Amino acid sequence: MAGAAIQRRLNWAITEVVELLEESPRVRSVVLMSPGWAGHLSGQHIDIRLTAEDGYQAQRSYSIATPEEGDLLTITVELVEDGEVSPYLIEDLQVGDQIEIRGPIGGYFVWDEALGGPVQLIGGGSGVVPLMAMLRARVRTGSDVPFRWLSSARSHEDLLFQNELDGMASRDGVTVTQTLTRSHPGDWSGPTRRVDKAMLDEYTWPPGDRPLVYVCGPTGFVENVATSLVEIGHGADLIRTERFGPSGR
Amino acid sequence: MPVRREARAWQSSTGGSAVSGVEAPADRVPPGQYVTADFPVLSAGPTPKIGSDRWRISVTDREGREQSWNWAEFSDLPSEEVTVDLHCVTKWSKLDTVWEGVSVDTLLADITDPGSHLLVRSYGGYTTNLPTNDVTGGKAWVAFGYDGEALAPEHGGPARLLVPHLYFWKSAKWVNGFDFSDHERRGFWESYGYHDYGDPWLEQRYSGD
Repeated sequence: MAGAAIQRRLNWAITEVVELLEESPRVRSVVLMSPGWAGHLSGQHIDIRLTAEDGYQAQRSYSIATPEEGDLLTITVELVEDGEVSPYLIEDLQVGDQIEIRGPIGGYFVWDEALGGPVQLIGGGSGVVPLMAMLRARVRTGSDVPFRWLSSARSHEDLLFQNELDGMASRDGVTVTQTLTRSHPGDWSGPTRRVDKAMLDEYTWPPGDRPLVYVCGPTGFVENVATSLVEIGHGADLIRTERFGPSGR
Repeated sequence: MPVRREARAWQSSTGGSAVSGVEAPADRVPPGQYVTADFPVLSAGPTPKIGSDRWRISVTDREGREQSWNWAEFSDLPSEEVTVDLHCVTKWSKLDTVWEGVSVDTLLADITDPGSHLLVRSYGGYTTNLPTNDVTGGKAWVAFGYDGEALAPEHGGPARLLVPHLYFWKSAKWVNGFDFSDHERRGFWESYGYHDYGDPWLEQRYSGD
């Protein structure tokens, strides 16, 4: 677990909202333009700071959903009921608004082509967001590193990026599996239960292929999946995790 | 701790709008933090499963002299119950958490001059760096109990470092060694751009803060 030295100061910058995308009833993507953005690795996150009229400030971290793309970066935000920040970003923020960000932050839960593969992405709920940045990077750069994607959502309407994933799944070297854990349409052909060892056996790279594995989601999801991966023989040093608790408030 | 919720109007170029906020005593919550009742888990990899039968902790001073304790020996050391506030760099703070642990002073009792800096090592490969003065003088513990129970593996059990006056990534989970020396060596998150010291009251989240 050695780190790359990224030691320059991270200053707050004003960004402008240039596009808003409704990803699901509870999830919205916010495309930000950050003039002079220094770039980022797929999987990194940013901090957002909101300021109230009385000067009170709140900060939250959000994963970047897109690979490096000039001055543009997209965050994908899930609504947290009674949250302090996400309801504003999802229900009130408008194109043309400005928000303060700083980043990029983090450097371990990242993928770029130099790291190679094969790559196994496993996401629960909105934990797919940083994984999507990695898959988009793979597709956009024309990399031939083989990727497998396994994600878990409660219902069909909660699936994120589905059209884009369908398009990617038809490419050579990318397979996409999505499981729906609470309800599913009658014609759903994918699995319909929580991620378990049998599902990992059936849909993900076997340990013998020594995949780089990225697991992101709620704490319970990541604990279960990472523990199962170790138990079926994956090396702990090849499994990178990112967890967000029930307190994304 | 009573938590009051009130409407909050964020400024934006379209005039902002009211959203809910959480208020807590200002002298308990550092800048940029919010109070949560949950205990979120953040780790870079799978949770190591370390049985107490093969657990060990060691202290190595600046001259390379090592002293170590197995679980039974560690359990015989005097322990303290402490109630502290936690501040995570990912913005959550948790107030009035109750821990049981062995003071780091106790582990250093036989060492007169360990060295000015400390690199903490954990099962699973995690490391973090601290000045020695920040783990001595009753400021840090090797904690094995949380809220009256054995510390759960996902929270760092069987034992983790507890340094509550610094951001919580300094409180290394699954701790198994203290390597002292006379120079600073960056730990895991510190080498990815997180602050070398990490004082939440000065909001030292990232390098240069």
